[in-house]
Amino acid sequence: MDSKQLYQEVILDHNKKPRNWGKLADASHQAEGLNPLCGDHIWLSLKLDDERVESIAFEGEGCAICKASSSMMTTNVKGKTVTEAEQLVREFRDMATGKLDIAGEPNHLGRLTVFAGVRDLPSRVKCAILPWHTLQAALHSESVVSTEGDRDPVPAAS
Amino acid sequence: MTSASTVLQAVKPAGALDVGRIRADFPILNLEVNGKPLAYLDNAASSQMPKQVIDRMVRYQTSEHSNIHRAVHTLSEKATAEYEGARRKIQRFINAKEEREVIFTTGTTDSVNLVMHGYGRAFLGAGDEIIVSQLEHHSNIVPWQMLCEEKGAKLRVIACNDAGELLLDDYAKLFNANTRFVAITHVSNALGTINPVKNMIATAHRHGVPVLVDGAQAVPHMKVNVQDLDCDFYAFSGHKMCGPTGIGILYGKAQLLEKMKPFEGGGDMILSVTFEKTTYNAIPYKFEAGTPPIAAAVGLGATVDYLESVGLDRIAAHEHDLLTYATEAFTQLKGVRIVGTARDKAAVLSFTLQGVHPHDVGTILNEDGVAVRTGHHCAQPVMKRFGIPATVRASFYLYNTFAEVDALVAGIRRVQKIFG
Repeated sequence: MDSKQLYQEVILDHNKKPRNWGKLADASHQAEGLNPLCGDHIWLSLKLDDERVESIAFEGEGCAICKASSSMMTTNVKGKTVTEAEQLVREFRDMATGKLDIAGEPNHLGRLTVFAGVRDLPSRVKCAILPWHTLQAALHSESVVSTEGDRDPVPAAS
Repeated sequence: MTSASTVLQAVKPAGALDVGRIRADFPILNLEVNGKPLAYLDNAASSQMPKQVIDRMVRYQTSEHSNIHRAVHTLSEKATAEYEGARRKIQRFINAKEEREVIFTTGTTDSVNLVMHGYGRAFLGAGDEIIVSQLEHHSNIVPWQMLCEEKGAKLRVIACNDAGELLLDDYAKLFNANTRFVAITHVSNALGTINPVKNMIATAHRHGVPVLVDGAQAVPHMKVNVQDLDCDFYAFSGHKMCGPTGIGILYGKAQLLEKMKPFEGGGDMILSVTFEKTTYNAIPYKFEAGTPPIAAAVGLGATVDYLESVGLDRIAAHEHDLLTYATEAFTQLKGVRIVGTARDKAAVLSFTLQGVHPHDVGTILNEDGVAVRTGHHCAQPVMKRFGIPATVRASFYLYNTFAEVDALVAGIRRVQKIFG
């Protein structure tokens, strides 16, 4: 695949100017996401109000794919209900691992489909998925999620 | 090819490496990746195999294979002769005093673990100290940590300076009455630093301490003479020196190997077995339990023949030219930081790009057909020392060309353009 397909303007822009950067002072849920193989490391904090994501923020270190995925995730789940957010987590994961055909199957991913290209780059799938699994961990009040070890969220993808 | 590289090649002395002829020996180098000619610059992770070695392994498997040291039939005797012949080639190659000092293992990691179990577990105890360096690959750290945990021993670490050179004065000061072992790398896989292991071994010996050298990144690229180094153990892998995976070597001084405990129990490592008592075989067989990867061992013998036919000195000179050319080109690039600038350096170029994560660099270079390694290179303490999570690493070998360095540099310019 061509890098222009993966490193699209929108990804490069979110990498350079990540949205919702920082930590929420009044977070109700938070989690840390870690990919020890490449050093991606993010902290996610969010505030739920009546089962709805009222505010969300992240900060950390990582590659462009991880950072842009984190940034676009925050803009996409803000205002969504927990159920809607979890559905996005599932759909994003399935898209990145090639289980969801974004052209043929109905989904709610919208602009997040710019990440579809990672399915052809097995070594980069985890970079894209890490923030989404961190979100899921935060929603379930788990404090740390790692892409390696017993709790690897995407073992089949590596 | 650019004019600069043409000039560099034009001034090469007679007797220099004919890279075109070398490349013809390596079928995989004809591959295209993403529609571009493959520029394979990940040799520190694993090198490619020439057809002479591939053919030798096919010949072994098609006309010589049986189990070794077993039966009296023709094939078994042939297989045994070829396996032991490979051992003799390796003995000569590293100038070991005796054949029985050369043990076949599955690779460097296996070799280090063999010494940890066979020597470390037998002779180290609570309060004893093991010296390693900050430049070690995880495979020369973790086994010793496991030993420390089991025995209550302690790991001491030789620090390095900003160039990635070990601080030898500090090293000398680490020795005390409790120091029992030193495990150091000959060449850093992450930075390319060539450590002055001969001097470091002499220092350790003045304190009566044996030394294991991790030679995984040295043996493929330079002449190694274990008697001249006077190392007690020396470990390396086949697949980083144009040989097969699954085979490696542990060299050990005979008097040490003899007093060591076996690592694994099984067939071939025994003289006699009863339920009351087992008598172990002599070295090296004491350490070669079970059926070894015979084809790979024979292949490693052919690898030694190949490298000797090309000449380690000529390989080293060519790699040095490539490193000099690449380093020069990199210093012209803005926003590039070379990590590891030791005066004595192997053909490894580790670097970071300002504002771009190494994995993004690696993905984009791959689209240009340029294969580099990105990550922590199984040397996280090195990354920590330089305050970075990862680097991009280009590592060169005998078949690499100046045009491939140009492709790397062009790829980096493209990365910088994409990331603006």
